Amino acid sequence: MARSEWTDRRVETIVGHLLRAGVTVAALVMLAGGVIFLVRHGTDVPNYRAFRGEPSDLRTVRGIVRGAAHLRGRATIQLGLLLLIATPIARVAFSIFGFAEEKDGMYVIFTGIVLAILLYSLVGTA
Amino acid sequence: MNNLEFSLLVGMCSLAAGFLGALTGLGGGVVLIPLLTVLFHVDIRYAIGASLVSVIGTSSGAAAAYVKEGFTNIRIGMFLEIATTLGALLGAFVALTVPTAAIAIIFGVVLLYSAYLSGRPQPVVAEGGSPDPLATRLRMNGTYPSLDGPRSYYVRRVPAGFSLMFGAGTLSGLLGIGSGAVKVLAMDQAMKIPFKVSTTTSNFMIGVTAAASAGVYLNRGYVDPGLAMPVTLGVLAGALVGSRVLARTRTGRLRLVFSAVIVLLALEMLYKGIAGRI
Repeated sequence: MARSEWTDRRVETIVGHLLRAGVTVAALVMLAGGVIFLVRHGTDVPNYRAFRGEPSDLRTVRGIVRGAAHLRGRATIQLGLLLLIATPIARVAFSIFGFAEEKDGMYVIFTGIVLAILLYSLVGTA
Repeated sequence: MNNLEFSLLVGMCSLAAGFLGALTGLGGGVVLIPLLTVLFHVDIRYAIGASLVSVIGTSSGAAAAYVKEGFTNIRIGMFLEIATTLGALLGAFVALTVPTAAIAIIFGVVLLYSAYLSGRPQPVVAEGGSPDPLATRLRMNGTYPSLDGPRSYYVRRVPAGFSLMFGAGTLSGLLGIGSGAVKVLAMDQAMKIPFKVSTTTSNFMIGVTAAASAGVYLNRGYVDPGLAMPVTLGVLAGALVGSRVLARTRTGRLRLVFSAVIVLLALEMLYKGIAGRI
């Protein structure tokens, strides 16, 4: 029990660092993308009144990464958003290792189910 | 209004929403979506997409601070996340098919309920008693730090809590909010988890729940970078400042004012939804 509690605390500390790093990096990438976008399109007039949906290169992981590699402003913002979405997913993935180290098979399975649902949402619903 | 002016204005409103959301514990999403649709005339689908991503940011940021304090129960959170993520997927798919007027009406009702919950005094949860066999088998019972050393607690009524969590996840996915109020309700009222443990664990779960529906929203083109950027950065900055100020502020009156704002926004959403003007 003592060892398990010790592992719990250690896992929680690492999870805390992981979450903070993920949010910080995501915010910085988003900010960089925002600057590029506003420098290039700051004087354009936006229209969010009518829903059109985003073009495919701003909707898929592949399209976003490709656009961000070319330093396109909107794609770089989406990359930041993608990193933000990935942060809790990384946390869940990491928890699997934590539970496995504690030899808690039941919670390895529970966490695996949550991870599968998250991954399906991100890549399986395109 | 051009992109630069729009970003600055939306960013400042989001900052205020994030700040007040953190201070009152209601989250930024509940005011942000009505604000964007009513004030800035943003289509509710874009507003939901942007709000959802900002919810992930604030939840992850706050959870980073909470996990260290030792109140968060990762097992309870992880088990209930099965319910909330499945619900969130369902909610996101429902949102793709129902008319926006219906979403606005549901949103108005949920807003009114949140305002009611936050205006009500904090119910006292009876602790102690005998352990529940299912919760024990799921290893959910735990301890939390208190002034007299660690205090143990027993978790109750797991199936009821699990079902309520599925509902909370569905609302989160449908409306783009954290629905922390319903999550805390499930853990406080149904499962009898101590208040500090349920609030921090709920916060921990909100980011994962929102991530489950954010994927669907992103893939279906509901997340616009030009809108999501000022919203997310604004809410994040506001929540960061809010959580710093929280430690030395009495929030009673503020909660009341915030609740009044929510009621007004709720009525506006209901009116727009019923009149079909959204």
